[in-house]
Amino acid sequence: MSASSPQRVLIAKPGLDGHDVGAKIVCRALMEAGVEVVYTGLRRSPEAIAEAAVAEDVDVVGLSILSGAHEPLTAKVIAALDGAGGPRPEVIVGGNIPAGDREALVALGVSEVFPTSTPLATIVEFVRTRGKA
Amino acid sequence: MSPARDEPRSVRWESGLEIRPVYGPRELRESGGDQGIGVPGEPPFTRGIHPFMYRARPFTMRQYSGFGTAAETRERFRFLIENGNTGLNVAFDLPTQCGLDSDDPMAQGEVGRVGMAVDTLADMEQAFDEIPLNEITVSLTINGSALAIMAMYFAMARKRGYDLATLRGTAQNDILKEFIGRGTWIFPVEPSIKLVGDTLEFCARNAPKYNPVSVCGYHIRESGADPAQEMAYALAIALAYVEHALERGLDVDRVAAGLTFNFDIHGNLWEQVAKFRAGRRLWARLLADRYGATDPRALKLRMIAGGGGGGLTIEQPENNIVRGAYYALASALSGTQTMALCSFDEAYTIPSEAAAKLSLRTMQLLVHEIGLCDTVDPLAGSYFVETTTNEMEAKIVSLLTALEEEGGIVRGVAEGRVQAEVSRKAYERERRVESGEVAKVGVNVFREEDEDRREVEFHAYREEEALVQIERLNTLRERRDGAAVAGALERLRADARAGRNTMPAALDAVEAYATVGEVCGALRDVYGTYREPIRF
Repeated sequence: MSASSPQRVLIAKPGLDGHDVGAKIVCRALMEAGVEVVYTGLRRSPEAIAEAAVAEDVDVVGLSILSGAHEPLTAKVIAALDGAGGPRPEVIVGGNIPAGDREALVALGVSEVFPTSTPLATIVEFVRTRGKA
Repeated sequence: MSPARDEPRSVRWESGLEIRPVYGPRELRESGGDQGIGVPGEPPFTRGIHPFMYRARPFTMRQYSGFGTAAETRERFRFLIENGNTGLNVAFDLPTQCGLDSDDPMAQGEVGRVGMAVDTLADMEQAFDEIPLNEITVSLTINGSALAIMAMYFAMARKRGYDLATLRGTAQNDILKEFIGRGTWIFPVEPSIKLVGDTLEFCARNAPKYNPVSVCGYHIRESGADPAQEMAYALAIALAYVEHALERGLDVDRVAAGLTFNFDIHGNLWEQVAKFRAGRRLWARLLADRYGATDPRALKLRMIAGGGGGGLTIEQPENNIVRGAYYALASALSGTQTMALCSFDEAYTIPSEAAAKLSLRTMQLLVHEIGLCDTVDPLAGSYFVETTTNEMEAKIVSLLTALEEEGGIVRGVAEGRVQAEVSRKAYERERRVESGEVAKVGVNVFREEDEDRREVEFHAYREEEALVQIERLNTLRERRDGAAVAGALERLRADARAGRNTMPAALDAVEAYATVGEVCGALRDVYGTYREPIRF
């Protein structure tokens, strides 16, 4: 990304999980930090998330998952993003993610995992310094 | 150097009340006096809805449970009942809650994960097999797909020989709060309320002992609302259902008698106590003054409390055991009818048997050892409690008035304004926790730096159980009377289109073993799907 343009981030809720408190808090924190944020809303399919990521030309896709289904859902979203062509936005995952599952997510191609109770500044800092792969 | 003893620090509750260091007759008088305290069991029920409260019968213990298949959940039910659970509160998996069958592409990876998978009546029959439904009352935590799941529960009960006229139980079935928090909506706002109305009407006529709706302040609080907002939104939602029912020509006393409430308990103990005492009083007054309700059963705010997942922490999870005990104490001091605690491991996983049992024991300790059931509303008459109850009532009234001036709860939800306000509050609170202004033990005070090395037991999700469930579903689809299913679903569509009550056709459909996905699919054909307003 160029130094002058602000980061663009898509915060997405894949799967059926309806817990959006954390996702919305992260959206607000990023907006406050000057990041351009697009929020998908609940229950987006992997394909819809990939489509939105391309249409909005985002640098980072943040997935929020609290149902425990983070591995299958993240794998599907990354596959959809890869299938969408062009440079793939970085993918980060937040939510109810046990420490032991971090490695599996990284192996899927996730840049970073931010489990519940991660300080907002950590997420903001990460997003502001990253961009498309 | 210790701080000077004559300089009290300032205390402000989340709801905005300024708390004085000492309360006396003057504060009580200035807040409105003791007129509203009344007598337990009599309107406006500030001191509790029954004359003898726990002296006559302790609160029902109803731990929330369910995972995997009906067979697995049945085992957990049995375990809880053996250990003294006096009610059941069923957790359904997300596909069931969203009205999708286990083999729906959107359900992949989610079958049986956060609750029990239910596709058809056969799953319901298996889950409650041999459980005496007249002794163990069952609460169904189901909202978007409540019509289908309630129909299955009624069909199951009827097949087992229970009469709907005397069947007790509760469905959550509070769709308005699903749009604010929790998120298992399916249909747009208006038809969603119409479906709730169908269950209210059906139960008022056919299952008068059954509580078709449990209005949830709980999830609104969990989504960020402060305690006064929690109560204000819950009351506004309950009244929205009452108004809808009145438009359909139902009697206010009968409808309100079927409404129960579900509230959160985390946060300041005294603030919760004031919230509940004020809330009970307001519910009785609003129903009587605005709608002319007179039946005491309608005027009584009946509730479940004890849970407060938002108060639990991933950090130092053992602290959650102690939090649970305090939440239980707060709930008992608040006069709850039913209690369910969040288990200490619930901040990160489905509760283990040991954790669920510990929650039960926590409640049993209150009843059997600590003396919480000795007398009714032991806090009554305290200058502090009565003054803050008055002030909390005034706060809730002002929130309700503001909400009504903005066009009411239904419009506020449809336009996404309520959701934006609640998420703004969540963000504000998160910032205050991060800054240390709001203390969380183990998180921003008394933190330990070795959190990552903590050994915790995770509930193992068994993917093979999802395959078992899908197999079961497919076998059933082949065996059932396809024409009967199709006919009932067609009638369901027709009734929905014509604005008739959808419950009778839904009952016929599930009795013919129509699936959750088919029943909700038929309604989707008519009503469409909710489009979430994204608003910050």
